[in-house]
Amino acid sequence: MIDKVLLHEFPRLRRYLGTLAIFASLTAVLVLAQAEVLARLLSGGASWTLFALAAAVLAVRAISLWWQGNLASRVAARVQADVRSRVLRSAAAPGGAPSGEVSTLVTRGVDAIEPYVAGYLPTVLVSVTVPLAVVARLFFVDWPSALIIALTLPLVPLFAALVGAHTRRRTERQYALLSRLGGHFLDVARGLRTLMLHGRARAQSDTVRRMAGEHASATMGTLRVAFLSALVLELVATLSVALVAVPVGLRLLTGGVTLLTALLVLLLAPEAYLPLRAAGARFHASAEGLAVLRRAIDLEPISVPHKGKRVDARTAVIRFEKVTVRYPSRPEPALNGVSLTVRPGERVVLVGPSGAGKSTLIGLLLGLVEPDEGQVTVDGVDLRDIDLDWWRTQLSWVPQRPWLFAGSLADNVRLSRPDATDDEVRAAAHAAGLDRVFAARGDSALDERGSGLSSGERQRVALARALLRTDSPIALLDEPTARLDVRTEHAVLSGWRRLTAGRTSIAVAHRPALLAGAHRVVRVHEGRTA
Amino acid sequence: MSPLWTVFGARRAALLGAGLTSAAAELAGVTLTATAAWLIARAAEMPPIGALTVAIVAVRTLAIGRGGLRYAERLAGHSAVLRCVGELRGRVYDTLLARRTAARDADLLTRVVSDVDATQDAVLRCAIPMAVGLTVTLTAGVAAAFADPLVAAVVLAGLVLTCVVLPAGSLALARRTAAATAPGRARLAEQTADLVHGAAELTVFGAVPDRLRDADTTVRRLARSQRGTAAVTAVLGAGAVVVQAVTCLAVIMLGIARDLPGPVVAAIALGALAAIETTIPLAGAAARWAEVSTSVRRLGELLTGPSAEPSTVEGVRLEVPPGARIGVVGPTGSGKSTLLDGLARERVACGVLADAHLFHTSVRHNIAMAKPGATQQDLDRVAALVRLDEWIASLPDGWDTVLGESGATVSGGQRQRLLLARALLAAPAVLLLDEPVEGLDHAMADAVLADVLAASDTVVLVTHRLAPLAHGFDEIVVLDGGRIAQHGTHEELLARDGYYRQAWLAERMLESGCGTNDPSRTLSA
Repeated sequence: MIDKVLLHEFPRLRRYLGTLAIFASLTAVLVLAQAEVLARLLSGGASWTLFALAAAVLAVRAISLWWQGNLASRVAARVQADVRSRVLRSAAAPGGAPSGEVSTLVTRGVDAIEPYVAGYLPTVLVSVTVPLAVVARLFFVDWPSALIIALTLPLVPLFAALVGAHTRRRTERQYALLSRLGGHFLDVARGLRTLMLHGRARAQSDTVRRMAGEHASATMGTLRVAFLSALVLELVATLSVALVAVPVGLRLLTGGVTLLTALLVLLLAPEAYLPLRAAGARFHASAEGLAVLRRAIDLEPISVPHKGKRVDARTAVIRFEKVTVRYPSRPEPALNGVSLTVRPGERVVLVGPSGAGKSTLIGLLLGLVEPDEGQVTVDGVDLRDIDLDWWRTQLSWVPQRPWLFAGSLADNVRLSRPDATDDEVRAAAHAAGLDRVFAARGDSALDERGSGLSSGERQRVALARALLRTDSPIALLDEPTARLDVRTEHAVLSGWRRLTAGRTSIAVAHRPALLAGAHRVVRVHEGRTA
Repeated sequence: MSPLWTVFGARRAALLGAGLTSAAAELAGVTLTATAAWLIARAAEMPPIGALTVAIVAVRTLAIGRGGLRYAERLAGHSAVLRCVGELRGRVYDTLLARRTAARDADLLTRVVSDVDATQDAVLRCAIPMAVGLTVTLTAGVAAAFADPLVAAVVLAGLVLTCVVLPAGSLALARRTAAATAPGRARLAEQTADLVHGAAELTVFGAVPDRLRDADTTVRRLARSQRGTAAVTAVLGAGAVVVQAVTCLAVIMLGIARDLPGPVVAAIALGALAAIETTIPLAGAAARWAEVSTSVRRLGELLTGPSAEPSTVEGVRLEVPPGARIGVVGPTGSGKSTLLDGLARERVACGVLADAHLFHTSVRHNIAMAKPGATQQDLDRVAALVRLDEWIASLPDGWDTVLGESGATVSGGQRQRLLLARALLAAPAVLLLDEPVEGLDHAMADAVLADVLAASDTVVLVTHRLAPLAHGFDEIVVLDGGRIAQHGTHEELLARDGYYRQAWLAERMLESGCGTNDPSRTLSA
């Protein structure tokens, strides 16, 4: 449950485990000391010295527990922070880790690390040191008892592993069923309005109960086996107490053993099993945390764009040379051997059905997509050899579905040029036809990511972003009027004309309206240009 | 009485049984330790073996009983609670059904579903352990009182500390930590959404490093506020062990002072040790309660809230005579979808609405849900009408292929056509269509819409593109700001100045902007 990769990736955990090992050894010593003192107190040797000794052992134990607990929580918080930063780093790239997974991981998923780091890891180490110390001590005190414990202890992890493997197989077999039955309620709740519309909602009321009942039965089937490992643990632990206590009691009758020894055996025997029980109880709660840590390791951090050549986009000829792009999720290539030349100052419009590869062409120029075959060159230089950061500063881009960031409308416009003055931002907003919205709430924070803005206004925010880069020689527009009605579209179009005027532009259009003013219209179909 | 109580109360016998079995298991463990201690201390006095027989038998029985009881209790508890949760799901579903506005809020629905699951933990990990802890405390106190009232008071005090006081502290601390970290969590969620969904924009505008730095600051601040309570939490953890040991030592001291028999002192001292051991996890249960109690409260409010809600669509009346074709247009946000929602409340109307849902089940069930008795011929007919027949045939299991969660495995165009097929199969008296061909390219959109209209009788179509309304529509309604601004036939509206005429002219002008109606003729590469 502690693997090398994990320790390699999180050096903090390695140091923490080292400290925990010291605490675990100290705990073992203290457990032996406490049993010793208690046994002496109960076997008739009570004295103030012994009580003072007991208080001293207790004080050390309390301090060590507090120290360890405090350290564990702090390390857990730090590891959580490490993982959060790491996951964010892997996510902040187009085509990075899936967005839903990242959001869940960073916000709530990471919380699962706490039970693993602060709860499970300390008990694992203690469950090694304490049983060893107890068995070793008992060998000197009363070897038959030590033998019983030494023989029964390995049964606990053995049975846990056997039952665990069986449960896993069974759960895997049932996984599809369990997740379907378990997810049914959420699916039905989300589709409630659709069910109402079709008059099927009442009928589902019974189905919800029936599916929940089936889910309960299926879950109980797995639990019946899963709880067996706990049963074995309990049985071994309690039976060994009986196995030790009864013979020792009988030997006391014949004087074969002293009361002190007998009490020591009775006090130490359960201590050998206690940490295993604690680790077992925390095992399930910690499994999720371990999974989160492993997932965080798998996520690749984004690559830093290399420093390459600098090309002046104002005079550069852009050439797509037999470019092929494949996405892992699709069998056919998104672009299939496309060649296209765009000269400086040329206005090109791409048309074609959705999924034909138009957005991929734009993505290639933005450096968000890399060709699998062929190359994209600017002034004869492969885009892969160009300093991407620098290249991107020369682009004005209007994406298909602009994202509005937390902050004010002005912040959102300023994204493309953080050093722009207030006047420049206002001018860009004006050029994009945003005056009214901007005057009303330009500097106040957008509520719920601009839920009050219409899709036309969102498009105009993206246009204003693009227009703020007044000096950029190249404009790339991806369906700037999709989803708009005609009047809104008209307003966006005028901003669009300002943006393309005097620039090299490549625009994707679903609507014939955008063809006006284009030097050239390129039809893209099934990953090819025609 | 809270509806949550009635749901769980219906299985109170099973839950009580689980709780009692759990208490019996814990008490068996405590008694095992106490009896074993008595057995050994008494044996040292070398009595005749007969004096020990009962204790020996008890030790052996309790040793086996404890594990068995624990296993039985876990199964009984989980079984009862899972069935309660099933019934709770049913009740919550009925409540949502009675409240139409609740059914619209996707976030609320997701939260309600996880709230229902959280009640499982509230019972199994919080309520039952707490009740068991109190039972152990009382039983142990009473048992010790048979030996000596003062010693019993000490045992009881120790148990009350670990069973009530420390969990209460843990609960308060968990709430404080949650409150301290809440702003950081909210900010982090916001920054994560920006980084993830705005990744392309940030990359192109070169803003990724800055944004990552900002997010890191939040992450570090969050970690600091988490660490802020670590020291106090650790005090609670160490405190439980201190209480346990002090209680045991105090029992020994008192026992000696009050001259109790050695075996009795040993039994109570070690029994107290074992009893307190069972109550130590209650601090964790209390901390968990801090998390789940919000869910429990929210569910209670949902189930007891007023069930009837007044209609929210006012001011727009739309007459739909049988056989009529009505178009609804208007600028973004003018109330088109709201109007359609209002119409959808009539029993005779149904169709494709803006928030239509694809279920995580087969293509067949998704379409046939509109008409459970539909034959394969019916299904094939509607699939062909929306041009999905070839796609369905190409799927691995054809009609029985299961769609991903919320239709995640289909494209936007396929989704619209699946919904259209479902609506056509339902064949309602009034077919409502809210932008039914969005996401399809123009040629496909026009062809599918024409076929759907030809196959239907009475239709209300919401559209942002006006071209489909030019032929075959009896009345066109123009909405603006939530009310009807204009209405009439296509020709009548064109003859008058207003939104429709302007929008139509703009659409014509723009769609023929490159000098021809067919853009593909001017293409060259």
